[in-house]
Amino acid sequence: MEEKFLEIRGLRKSFGSHEVLKGVDLSMKQGEILSIIGSSGSGKTTLLRCLNFLEFADAGSILLDGELLYDGEHMNVKKMSDEQFREKRLHFGLVFQSFNLFPQYTVLDNLMLAPKLLKRGTDAEIREHAEQLLERVGLADKKNAYPCELSGGQQQRVAIARALALDPQVLFFDEPTSALDPELTVEVLRVIKELKDFGRTMVIVTHEMEFAKNVSDRVIYMRDGVVEVDGTPEEVFEKSDNEHLRQFLNVGLSI
Amino acid sequence: MDFWSIILDLSKGFGVTLKLFALTLVIAIPLGLVFAFLSMSKFKPLSYLMKAIIWVVRGTPLLLQCIIVTFIPSVLFSIPNKDVANFLNLDRIADLQFLFVLIAFSLNYACYFAVIFEGGIKSIPKGQQEAGQVLGLTKGQIFRRIVLMQVIRRIVAPMSNEIITLVKDTALARALGIMEVIMIAYEKVNKYVILTPLLYAGVFYLLFSGLLTILFHLLEKKISYYQVT
Repeated sequence: MEEKFLEIRGLRKSFGSHEVLKGVDLSMKQGEILSIIGSSGSGKTTLLRCLNFLEFADAGSILLDGELLYDGEHMNVKKMSDEQFREKRLHFGLVFQSFNLFPQYTVLDNLMLAPKLLKRGTDAEIREHAEQLLERVGLADKKNAYPCELSGGQQQRVAIARALALDPQVLFFDEPTSALDPELTVEVLRVIKELKDFGRTMVIVTHEMEFAKNVSDRVIYMRDGVVEVDGTPEEVFEKSDNEHLRQFLNVGLSI
Repeated sequence: MDFWSIILDLSKGFGVTLKLFALTLVIAIPLGLVFAFLSMSKFKPLSYLMKAIIWVVRGTPLLLQCIIVTFIPSVLFSIPNKDVANFLNLDRIADLQFLFVLIAFSLNYACYFAVIFEGGIKSIPKGQQEAGQVLGLTKGQIFRRIVLMQVIRRIVAPMSNEIITLVKDTALARALGIMEVIMIAYEKVNKYVILTPLLYAGVFYLLFSGLLTILFHLLEKKISYYQVT
């Protein structure tokens, strides 16, 4: 089980006649950090959305810790209730590119809303946990601020804390720093890096190559709806002779 | 006749105006929300039916709708309005007329509100709902705890417009014999051959819509404590 904590087999997804995912296979261990790189339109975001059941894959399966969460062929997805997927979603957390904080709530209430509604403890326990998480992302002093009063980097750190408040088994990041200025990117990446020390299993779709190189245990390169290269950061960034990958990595350098 | 007795009678008429106004709001706001959801239904026939109803209601005069509602029992079902009144335990035929007008007003305003609600709900970024979904919240929780508050904030201005229009639309009810403030004022004009009662009636409307304007302004201030990011 240790070997394959999260396992994805043959995931396919089309929008109309356009096939975005053409059979994605990947697996990861518990506590591992996996970075997904690839150019726009390669299916990275769609993959994350399928894993969080915001989209439903047409085919393929998703297993977590040996439990079959999704099977595009054998589950009658259309007949399954929202409630069933709601339970499945709770295994995972997702941090969005655009943060998606709830603007009408304070930072603390953003963190406490879901745990309260899901009755994850007494109000006092939930509050204490939320405050600890804010401390961990370095925003304890902002707990009573509204999202509009925070910088983009701070908002994204709150969003990370909000996702952690439900203690997901795997935390996904969808280009968490793409909407941020370079100097704000650093503070968010630092938080993600620190989570690694807590043994959190994470999947990060990113354009930050240095970050992918330095922080991840594994990197996959997606191209045209499939995993084209899969390996350690060293294998992917230094040793791979995949032509598309080389081209993709060189684009940034050739300006 | 003295000034104060006219004002007293006009206030009674304005009481009827306010009753129609308040009851219409109480019915039309929730009904409008239901209409908005029907109109956004994924089941297409239902959605198209609702959109067609909204089109008809918004595309025809409210006065005409009041008259049609009044004739539905007698013309469509051959039940005299007298029997309807008996069945509903209404003592006076005027009460039945009021009920008809209230139904027409509520349907009419529910359709206008539905369009505002639908626009408001659709204007909330999809990411808000998705953030709720990945946090494992139910559809109902997402709507009530995340979306609704943001919708309210966005629709206060158009809603206040419609609601102030409703205050004045109630004057139409006099065409169906409802003794609202303009009707009373008219009686005074005819009886005493002076025009001032109509002006006084105008002042009633003006003061009330002024009060509403202030209330909406306060509400808008209260819910604008955050900025949309």
